[in-house]
Amino acid sequence: MTKVTVAEEWLNACAGCEIAILNVGDVLVDLLVNNLDFVHIPVLIDKKYFGQTGEEKELSIPEAVVGIVSGGVRNEEHKEVLLEMRKKCQILIALGTCATDGGIPALINMYSDEDLKQFYYKDSPTTDPADYPTEHIPPLLDRCYALDEFVKVDLSLPGCPPHPDWIAGAILALLDGKTEFKMPERSVCDACPTVRESKKGIEDIKRLYEAAEYDPEKPLNEMRCLLEQGLLCLGPVTGVGCGGTKGAPRCISARVPCRGCYGPIRKGAKPLVDYMGALASVGFDPNKMLDRRGYLARFSGAHGVLKKIG
Amino acid sequence: MGKTLNIAPITRIEGHASVAIHLDDSGNVSDAKMHVLSLRGFEQFVLGRPVEEVPRIVPRICGICPWHHHLASNKAADACLGVELPPTGRKLRELCQMMAYIPDKILHFYFLAAPDFVLGPDADYSVRNVVGIVGANPELAKKVVHMRYKGQMLLEKFAGKVIHPIAGVVGGFSKPLLEDERKEILAGIQELKDFCVFTIKFAREEVFPKYLDAVKILGVFPSGYLGTVRPSDGALELYDGELRMMDKDGNFDQFTYPEYVDHIGEHTEPWSYLKFPYAKKHGALKLDENDPVGVYRANCLARINVCDKMATPLAQEELDIFRKEFGRPTHLTLLYHWARLIELVQACEKAEELLNDPEITGREHRAKNIQPRAGDGVGCVEAPRGTLIHHYKTDDNGLVTMANLIVGTTHNNAPMNLSVKQAAKALIKDGKYDQGILNRVEMAIRAYDP
Ligand code: SF4
Ligand code: SF4
Ligand code: SF4
Repeated sequence: MTKVTVAEEWLNACAGCEIAILNVGDVLVDLLVNNLDFVHIPVLIDKKYFGQTGEEKELSIPEAVVGIVSGGVRNEEHKEVLLEMRKKCQILIALGTCATDGGIPALINMYSDEDLKQFYYKDSPTTDPADYPTEHIPPLLDRCYALDEFVKVDLSLPGCPPHPDWIAGAILALLDGKTEFKMPERSVCDACPTVRESKKGIEDIKRLYEAAEYDPEKPLNEMRCLLEQGLLCLGPVTGVGCGGTKGAPRCISARVPCRGCYGPIRKGAKPLVDYMGALASVGFDPNKMLDRRGYLARFSGAHGVLKKIG
Repeated sequence: MGKTLNIAPITRIEGHASVAIHLDDSGNVSDAKMHVLSLRGFEQFVLGRPVEEVPRIVPRICGICPWHHHLASNKAADACLGVELPPTGRKLRELCQMMAYIPDKILHFYFLAAPDFVLGPDADYSVRNVVGIVGANPELAKKVVHMRYKGQMLLEKFAGKVIHPIAGVVGGFSKPLLEDERKEILAGIQELKDFCVFTIKFAREEVFPKYLDAVKILGVFPSGYLGTVRPSDGALELYDGELRMMDKDGNFDQFTYPEYVDHIGEHTEPWSYLKFPYAKKHGALKLDENDPVGVYRANCLARINVCDKMATPLAQEELDIFRKEFGRPTHLTLLYHWARLIELVQACEKAEELLNDPEITGREHRAKNIQPRAGDGVGCVEAPRGTLIHHYKTDDNGLVTMANLIVGTTHNNAPMNLSVKQAAKALIKDGKYDQGILNRVEMAIRAYDP
């Protein structure tokens, strides 16, 4: 069997998506040996952009059938690498919520780069104030972007990080000659076994330092829905998938509310508007919500969703 | 005219960096620098958020060591809100810290570092990687993948999410550990401990001896060290204790977390987004590999240097062997790999100890009646790459007004640069360089990571 060539890159990423690839588990070794041929993956292989001795002038990545990119686009180098990946790969996969929707790093879109640098290089309690660095480093873009704001993405696997089930599923589908692989367009609540009574009358929103009520000896399907207990749970407006193809939502399993790490349920969904409706339906006054954008767009600040404040 | 070799990206590390090596007309190294290419802005974008939410945001600083950021952040948030943890909550967090260490160190040693040692620094890049390791020793490779996976899954099953964790909460831990879970995790940890003890013996006897020559020349320079110790007896601590800043001769200051501002300063260079922390007592930072000033290192070799002893028996046996051969402090950069495995043994033993403590299955895992308030809190833990310092301030509503973060890689920015310069100068002469030589320069960086 011929192997499928794969190139992998990380942009404004944290390496969690790459660790999630390793968490595909024991089948990984077989895949690596028999099915996949990684031609470029900085976390594991020493392939260099400017040639192995660094003398070439132009950045280049080898050709591959499948390209996997994690992380959003935040500086000129990220953009250059992304465009090169698109040029060299037949199928481009956006891996993780940073790549599909900006992820946590896109929270920066609410602030100016000037404020960020002012604190980091001048005002921080341990820093000797200095001019901002400019030499040999790629300039920042005006904000943090998702991949599809610059290139065509063939397959999106959101999640921070994506569950290995979806990564393995996508890879196996591709090996099978299929180019279609879609995440389900349902909400975290759809996979959540907690008990919902839909009674109204909850007035106070609890903060995360307040605990849910549950009996630890009893399974999730005997715990009351966290949102109905007054905890902000983003389940209703977040895409399903964190428990893999079968499991329960991960945060709920740890008895804490969802914070939305799989991004919106479908492209173009409006979590902010939808969530206000969900809150009202359990009796909250949505106006009492603290740091509303910091909850509702925590993982999806690209695509112009989070704009500068002030 | 001389020329510049642009080595990008630095590979088999976590993060985005490149190295530029400048050669003069005769082909000798005039300068070499490591450029960190990104600035992500966590200090900025946690502002205005409820402080108890920050431990759910900052793990994204690093997906290889998310637990350590999660836990340091939880400690800082506890301190801002003035919360005391019940002993069970504290121990559950410490257990997770130990369990997170184990798969991470297995990953680093076998996947990121070992290709240089097992296949050799001159092997072609296309085989000098984890796939090459699989080819060289398929049985061992399968076992490594399995053991790393097992470590990850034990933690995931108990704590819900292993990458970018959620189960640490201000005031403690979100759920108790049940007796059945405890038994299952304990059995898994014992198996991992056996594998880790095998690993250090294998490395000590079969891998490192072949490279002792390289160890003595690559990236070597005298520096200070930063790590955490147990206040009662100076034993190496990975979770909680006091910070020790040692100078290159082995003298040290010991201080509590909030005192970090008196001991650490940060300097900026125009050619890297990342700042360069230095030991304040020396007054300034001088990036000169022959006569460095203010430079200190963090991460495993630093912890092994600053501690008086290990906290557990098998790890202590390993430290004895190490100290007999290399002394204290030792400045040989490639010994990071060895030090990493000594700590791995302690992490396994410590996890076992915690799982055998009756309090670990207690039901008071989380403090009650927490209120927002204005506060100032510093939380630290030792991450695989070095001491994490999370410092937050809050307003009356418990919303963040200031966040100062100094993380593992940042501490090592100055020493990584010096190691690169020293290695490049020692290895590249008269215009002669090749892939193998340049890979050796990178090895000087890889030692620090994670
Ligand atoms: S999606 Fe999450 S895990 Fe993946 S790179 Fe972004 S922050 Fe890291
Ligand atoms: S709101 Fe949260 S707890 Fe309730 S059903 Fe949805 S995911 Fe589950
Ligand atoms: S419950 Fe929500 S925040 Fe938690 S892992 Fe699932 S999608 Fe992410």
